[in-house]
This record gives sequence, C-alpha cells and structure tokens, in this order.
Amino acid sequence: MYDPTVARLTYRALLGRRRAAILFVLPALLIVIAVAVRMFAGADDQVASDVLGGFAIATMVPLIGVIAGTGAIGPEIDDGSIVYLLAKPVSRPTIIFTKLIVAIAVTMVFSAVPTLLAGLTLNGNGQQIAVAYTIAALVASIAYSALFLLLGTVSRHAVVLGLVYALVWEALFGSLVPGARTLSVQQWSLALAEKTGGNGAITSDVGLPLATVLLAVVTVAATWYAGQKLRTLKLAGEE
Amino acid sequence: MTTIEIDHTSRWFGNVVAVNDVSMTVGPGVTGLLGPNGAGKSTLINMMAGFLAPSTGTVTLDGKPIWRNEAVYREIGIVPEREGMYDFLTGREFVVANAELHGLGDAEAAAALATVEMEYAQDRKISTYSKGMRQRVKMASALVHNPSVLLLDEPFNGMDPRQRMQLMELLRRMGAEGRTVLFSSHILEEVEQLASHIEVIVAGRHAASGDFRRIRRLMTDRPHRYLVRSSDDRALAAALIADPSTAGIEVDLSENALRIQAIDFGRFTTLLPKVAREQGIRLLTVSPSDESLESVFSYLVAA
Repeated sequence: MYDPTVARLTYRALLGRRRAAILFVLPALLIVIAVAVRMFAGADDQVASDVLGGFAIATMVPLIGVIAGTGAIGPEIDDGSIVYLLAKPVSRPTIIFTKLIVAIAVTMVFSAVPTLLAGLTLNGNGQQIAVAYTIAALVASIAYSALFLLLGTVSRHAVVLGLVYALVWEALFGSLVPGARTLSVQQWSLALAEKTGGNGAITSDVGLPLATVLLAVVTVAATWYAGQKLRTLKLAGEE
Repeated sequence: MTTIEIDHTSRWFGNVVAVNDVSMTVGPGVTGLLGPNGAGKSTLINMMAGFLAPSTGTVTLDGKPIWRNEAVYREIGIVPEREGMYDFLTGREFVVANAELHGLGDAEAAAALATVEMEYAQDRKISTYSKGMRQRVKMASALVHNPSVLLLDEPFNGMDPRQRMQLMELLRRMGAEGRTVLFSSHILEEVEQLASHIEVIVAGRHAASGDFRRIRRLMTDRPHRYLVRSSDDRALAAALIADPSTAGIEVDLSENALRIQAIDFGRFTTLLPKVAREQGIRLLTVSPSDESLESVFSYLVAA
C-alpha cells in the first residue's frame, strides 16, 4: 500500500517548491506571536487558548493542510508529470495512500510541532492546553490531508477551493452559522482537545463520539474516492 | 510478439468526436501514426496508453483490455508529449525512480541511460536540459523495464535535426529488435523516413493504413504525377497520350522534361517502359513528382 519511491518524489516536490515557504512562514509566525504574547501578557490560560484556538487551529493548520494536501498531487496532475507514476504497474490507490501519508506527515510536522512549542511558550502547558491543541492539530492534519488530497486529485483549482473551505467555511461561516460548525474538521478536532484540556479550557460544538466518527468517515471516504478518481484520471492530450 | 488491437473504437468529449470508429492493429516494427494537428492522434495514443477510456469499442494489448489495467505497464513504455517531468531531479534520479516503480534498480536505470547516450549529463538537473536531452531521458524512463511496446506522442517536436536523426536511429533499432513501436507525428517527412507501416488519421477517422507507397497506390482514382526526361520527349508524349491511362502531358521547357498526369497507376507503370521500347526512346528520368506524404495527405483530407 505504501510505495517509498512515490513518497520520495512527493516529499521532494512538496518541499522543493516556492509554495513550501508558507510551510515555514506560518509556524514561525505562530512562535513569534506566542513569544510576544508571553512577554507582554505573561502566562495566562485563557490567552493561550485564544491564540492556539484562534490562530494555530483555526488558520494555520488548515492552511498548511491545503498546501500539503493539494501540493502532494495537484502540481503533478497540472504539469502532466503524474503520467510517470500512472504508467507503472503500481496500483492507483497505492499512489494515493502514499501521497496521503506524506501529506499527513508534512502537515503534522509543520502544524502540530509548532503548536506544541507555542503552547509551552504561552503558559507552560497549564491545564494541558498545549498538549490538547497539539492533539487537535495532529488529528486535524489527518482529515485535512485526506480532504485536500482529494481536492487536488479532482480539481485544477484545488488550492483556491481549499482556501475557500479553510477560511470561508470554517472561519467565517462557522462563526455566523452554528450548524456549519458541525461540519467542520476544526470543531471535530477540538472535540478531542476538549477532553484533554482542563475543565472548560477548550470547547467544541461537536460531541466526541460524533466527531470521532465524522473524522474517520471523512478521512477514509476522501482517500478511497481519490484512489477511484485517480484510476480514471483522464490525461487527455492538448489537442 | 506484442500487438495492440483497436477495435471499432470511438471517443468523444461532450459533442466533439475526437476518434470515430477506428479499427487498427499495431504489431512489431515501427508504425507511424500520421495526421494533421487535431486529427485525434493524441486521443488514440492516450487510449492505447490506458490514460483514456474508449467511449465505445475496445483497445487491447494481446487481448487484455488496457483501460484500468495497471498490469499492462509491464509491457508498455510511454514517452508522453508533455514536458512535465520532475524537473528538480537529475536525469539519473528520474530514471532510477522510474526503474524503482517497476521494481527494478540502479543497474537497469544505468543501462537505459546508456541506450539513449545520456550518461554524460545524467547528474545534471532536468531543469537544465535542452529539449532533445529531455526527450532522451523520457525515452530512458520508458525503456528502463525493457518493454515490448513503445508509444511515443510527437517525439520529434522541437528537436534539432541532429537529435532527430539520433532518435530515429534509436527507434529503428527498437523496431528491428522486434518491439512494437508506435509514434505520432504531423510532419510528413518524419513518418516517411522512419515508419515501415503507416496509419493515417484525418478528422478522427482512420483514413488509410499500410506501407506508404501502397497507400498512395490504393488511391487509384487520384491522378499521379510524374516527371519524365527522355531522348525524345515530344515523341514519347504523343505515344503516351494515345493511351487512356494518361490524362494530361505538359512539356516543361524550363525543366526540359515532361510532366505527366496518370489516372490509372498500374496501367501507366507498365505502359511507360513498353511505349519507350517500341518507339526506341531512351528514358533518362522517371520520378514521381508528388509521391510525398504531403500530397497523399491532401488527397486524403479532400476525400
């Protein structure tokens, strides 16, 4: 199911592109914010939760998910180089699964690690806030990667659609329409954080059982469907 | 012996029919897929390569369907037209990756790079390669698993004459080794120089098939033009025009030759030497003046 050659090509394509700069800029920004807040406001659980929930989980994780998820396959489909993977006796679901693993790993490294560091900086993991948000980032990394990998497989405008989902749906709609929050990777991952964090430190609009089921269903379904779409991906010529 | 069989295959995109009820068999040796731009050559090659499903009909490799069958890539090597090819890798890294995806390794990659004579630049990034070098590395990636079928989409596009000759030589060798080599081109002279067998696609239809000169002769209802020089042009002209196989003769004073239009190819080719012998005329030059693919092509398009 996992092909090391596909993984190697995907890593190099993902981290060698200019777009990859965002992978470094966003975590750096989070750390800078965390250091600044700690210096000016001191250690405060509520502030720590606001920074991690408001920036790390709501903005940084989905953006990195978009870059890693769509970037793991979209550019190859765009420039046609995917043909060198497809014209091989390697099953298409294997290609998707491998790219998913790469996308998840990249998203986790660039989102969960800085989230933990920022949390420790902000309040030294008081009320388990740093660990709770790190768990949320890890879980969200999996679902976002699967979702945006599917998007990269089916659409040439995957980055734009991904940004619309991450910023408009999760951030904007989520704050205006309560129902939208039920269908939000962010809320599902916060449901796990809620259980880990101290009493009332973190809240989610979705219960843990539902969140777990939805996370699993979305991840598995998106990955399966991406594999199916890749099997019938049309590489029509430019006639 | 590996054969690709296309059986009553059509492919349409929305309302546009790109390939219209085409049947052909592509066997060992070099086959040229010839047709003007937009004729449906790439669509056809994409179906043979398993990148596109036929709307109707079947495309098979030794009887096995190609669409949604990853196992066929053990037999097929593909040289795509598009340029995207992991430019951040070196040529060697690229070919090694292709070998690994076939379950092979460095040795096979090195052999493929040697075949296309790219060892001298194998450690440079692909982004620094010229068009011809990229094409050769693509070839190496397609040859790395020693496939019995090689599909090339417009392989000579943008190559300089020397690179073109090298690639032709390589493809000839592949064909002579018994591989099934199919390449597409809209350039007539390329196909003429390289392919022993030609399939002509015009506007999505299979317009002709076979040896180039045979295709030409099949079209007997079309006039064939010859340029003839002899010891007595006017006497020859008079004798030839008496026969119904000849439609017109012009005395070309600037060329000092006859321009003859024949309407019955078979009959004219036996008539000319016979008439010359009977009249005691020596034939100095007999050359078909339009036996180029260009003319075959325009006839086919007009038909």
